[in-house]
Amino acid sequence: MKNKKNIIYAAIAIIIYLLIFALVETGTASRQLQNLIVPVLVNIMLAVSLNLIVGFLGELTLGHAGFMSVGAYAGCLFTISCDLPAVIELPIAFIIGGLTAAVFGFIIGIPALRLKGDYLAIVTLGFGEIIRSILNSMDIVGGSGGLKGIEKSGNYTVAYVLTIITLIVISNVIRSCHGRSIKAIRDNVIAAESVGVNVVYYKMFAFVLSAFFAGVAGVLYGQNLGIIKPATFDFNKSIEILVMVVLGGMGNIKGSIIAAIILTLLPELLRDLADYRMLFYALALIVMMLFSSNPTLVEFRQRLFAKKEGGK
Amino acid sequence: MLKKLMALTLAGAMIFSMTGCGGSGSDASADNGSDVIKIGGIGPLTGDAASYGVSTKNGAEIAVEEINEAGGVEGKQLELLFEDDECDEQKSVNAYSTLMDQGINVLVGSVTSACSIAVSGESSNDGILQITPSGSAQECTATPNAFRICFTDPLQGQVMAEYIQEQGLSKAAVIYNNGDEYSKGIHDAFVAKFAELGGEIVADESFTSGDVDFKTQLTKIKSSGADCLFLPFYYTEVANVSEQAASLGLALPMFGCDGWDGVIKQLNGDTTNIEGGTFLTPFVPTDSDEKIQAFVKKYNEKYGADPDQFAADGYDAIYAIKLAVEQTGGDLSNEALIDAMTKITLNGLTGDMTFDENGEPNKSAKVAVIENGAYTAKN
Amino acid sequence: MDFIQQFINGLSLGSIYALIALGYTMVYGIAKMLNFAHGDVIMVGAYVLSLAAVKAGLSPVMSIIFPVVICMLSCTVLGVTIEKIAYRPLRNASPLAVLITAIGVSYFLQSVALLIFGSNQRKVESVIPEFSLSLGEIHLSGEAITTLGVTVLIMICLALFINFTRVGKAMRAVSEDKGAAQLMGVNVNTTISLTFAIGSFLAAIASILFVSSYGFVGPYSGAMPGIKAFVAAVLGGIGSIPGAMLGGIILGIIESMSKAYISTELADAIVFSVLIIVLLVKPTGILGRKRITKV
Repeated sequence: MKNKKNIIYAAIAIIIYLLIFALVETGTASRQLQNLIVPVLVNIMLAVSLNLIVGFLGELTLGHAGFMSVGAYAGCLFTISCDLPAVIELPIAFIIGGLTAAVFGFIIGIPALRLKGDYLAIVTLGFGEIIRSILNSMDIVGGSGGLKGIEKSGNYTVAYVLTIITLIVISNVIRSCHGRSIKAIRDNVIAAESVGVNVVYYKMFAFVLSAFFAGVAGVLYGQNLGIIKPATFDFNKSIEILVMVVLGGMGNIKGSIIAAIILTLLPELLRDLADYRMLFYALALIVMMLFSSNPTLVEFRQRLFAKKEGGK
Repeated sequence: MLKKLMALTLAGAMIFSMTGCGGSGSDASADNGSDVIKIGGIGPLTGDAASYGVSTKNGAEIAVEEINEAGGVEGKQLELLFEDDECDEQKSVNAYSTLMDQGINVLVGSVTSACSIAVSGESSNDGILQITPSGSAQECTATPNAFRICFTDPLQGQVMAEYIQEQGLSKAAVIYNNGDEYSKGIHDAFVAKFAELGGEIVADESFTSGDVDFKTQLTKIKSSGADCLFLPFYYTEVANVSEQAASLGLALPMFGCDGWDGVIKQLNGDTTNIEGGTFLTPFVPTDSDEKIQAFVKKYNEKYGADPDQFAADGYDAIYAIKLAVEQTGGDLSNEALIDAMTKITLNGLTGDMTFDENGEPNKSAKVAVIENGAYTAKN
Repeated sequence: MDFIQQFINGLSLGSIYALIALGYTMVYGIAKMLNFAHGDVIMVGAYVLSLAAVKAGLSPVMSIIFPVVICMLSCTVLGVTIEKIAYRPLRNASPLAVLITAIGVSYFLQSVALLIFGSNQRKVESVIPEFSLSLGEIHLSGEAITTLGVTVLIMICLALFINFTRVGKAMRAVSEDKGAAQLMGVNVNTTISLTFAIGSFLAAIASILFVSSYGFVGPYSGAMPGIKAFVAAVLGGIGSIPGAMLGGIILGIIESMSKAYISTELADAIVFSVLIIVLLVKPTGILGRKRITKV
């Protein structure tokens, strides 16, 4: 049963890739869509990795853009200073970016052991602002002008492979005993602890893993754009990712993917509205939240789910 | 389940709608024979930096209208398509590809530096002529297809350092916006040049975008023994600084950069606290020049506000394109237009200028002084 | 001398933060939600104030009272409306869903302001009569004195209101346990609406004092003070009224002092570092109550 599911997923992944390949290489897709493939994939990676902390571990963080920026700067600095062929250079850059972010994930995981809810949210927000403030004052990475002259070597194939790796790793972790422990902590810390779940370890684990993939996504972002500046990775960026997670459903990876696609494409599709674009985006956000979280609708959905579970 | 299905359908529909417009877009870009010249514009129309993009867009629109009323260029009408980038590099590149789908011939943008650099990474592959009206970072013109209208940041900083020392002032206090590369770029060049000329920077303070309270920095400056204050940032904060300086009893001669333009309007015309403030600008709306007065009048009629230098930069960018097209005799190929840019002489609102191979404008700066509630050009 | 002046600078900045933080904390304490749109209600209030001030051709006293009253009324109505349309349908949804909706509301208010008033900042005349105290080299502006006074006054009134009135009692009951409060005959919806009304009323006062001190308002003016006030509220212990006051003042002073004596470039980093350290030592903020989870 499980194997069969895996094969189906692998087939879907390959078909989607072939579809993208066909659309881009034949020129059927508009420039706009071609250009949006990598940002969409970056956002999927960010949303899925944040979902690990927010959805599965149940801790609210507002500093995901901080992890992203640390990874982006580390990885892109490496590609600037090294002159290796792209085949070798890129994987190393992604790993460096990911690991650097993971170290910061570990550091910010420490307060997460002591703090809960909104207090943790504000600490992670502060952490993101501290990183931004320091990057702004560091002239060796370009300060507020940003890191310029990054070789643009990120393309949709690289991005797609990275996204698939992220999805495989995170969904496997969640299905493993690690994942069950993480979910147990979310549902009830005290109960989890009393049955022998190592809360400290698993909280750290979730933060480090999540930060790692955010860092990789950051490197990809930088490689695709050729310039990164601290102001991009502000509080609003973290919020943007959080919106994807919440809209897609907490602890729902497929939901995060779909929400990341919709929310990345939405502002671009609304371009025809010109001046009213952001207004409609805000309205869409409120309406979507009302529809997806209003108790009456949620109850309706849960009843449908219950039926499905029961039939299995 | 229902929700999932709906979400999936929605996502699918979005992607489909984008592939749908693909076919027509790529055809249009190859089309040179039509009687419209499509000019793409990119800048922040929403978000913190919105005022820069909106002004640029307005200025460019006036230029397009004027040219079209006068019969267009080489028998062709201009069409301006302006897209929002929220001052975000990724969105700026997104806006660029949207414009390419619509088949633009020339690009005016992006308005801000980092966005402009990100876009030129893409546009250099397409080879399309890119003119940034106000991207002042050095790297904005790094690619061969990129030109700019405004001064570079380092140039402004150096000129002001020289000017201040010519006034016999040698102890400068500086405040700059650490979160804004424009401000930081001018600051860095100013500090280096000022010291090189034998002056002393007695206080070097910063703030970040969004700050409204400068009393701490001003208190420090007050006791630093400075004899002048250099404020290289935009008029909104300059207005705040000047009022707070007055409330702390700090009265030093103030100097600034081209971002100051608009400060009088910001202060509702009450310039007591900033009287004598001097800044470098290519454009002063109260200039008696006929062309400038006509522009200011039109701008006021259409948008109900005084134009700032962004508007003037946007206006000039369109006229540069007009001249380039005239130079090529209506040939809209990228190579011809880029080549033509170095041959034109633009008699613009922000001064007479020519462009060199590196995409830099050669034009002279004017020094403006705030006197009795108005800008006065000084030579 | 400088030190005292810097201290006063910090105090006047902090009292603005404290005033905004009071509104945050009030709503959080009772309705248990982070109202991210609070900063933007302040922004709307400032615009209303600027419009009302222009239109009034009244006597000197009335020309102060009229815009202030209009501003207070419109902010209160706005707050209650937002609560009714956007937050009430999500009363029993996850707190994160409400948080995202609040962010949506914040974006909405910003875009509306951008569409109506344009992107340029606009000058708002101070409604506080001009006066200031000077002691030698030290200056204390009238706005700062007024803000500090008003903030303390509001803090005391709020504390009295919540602890000693029937409505206050209902609010505390809702804050403890919505279900139980309802069983005891407390109208939860009305109580929460009232909380928002008071919160938005506080936002109106904050906007009046904010623009009086800084003089300008733009579509995004509410965002930064909103975040800083959020930090202040958490620092003091979110939900605690004296905590918001204390958190705001401390935040202002730390910001001013680190700018003055350490580095202006890293001031924000220092402010947030202090916050993190405080929270690590005292996880519920300086005056926050610790809730013990019982199994």
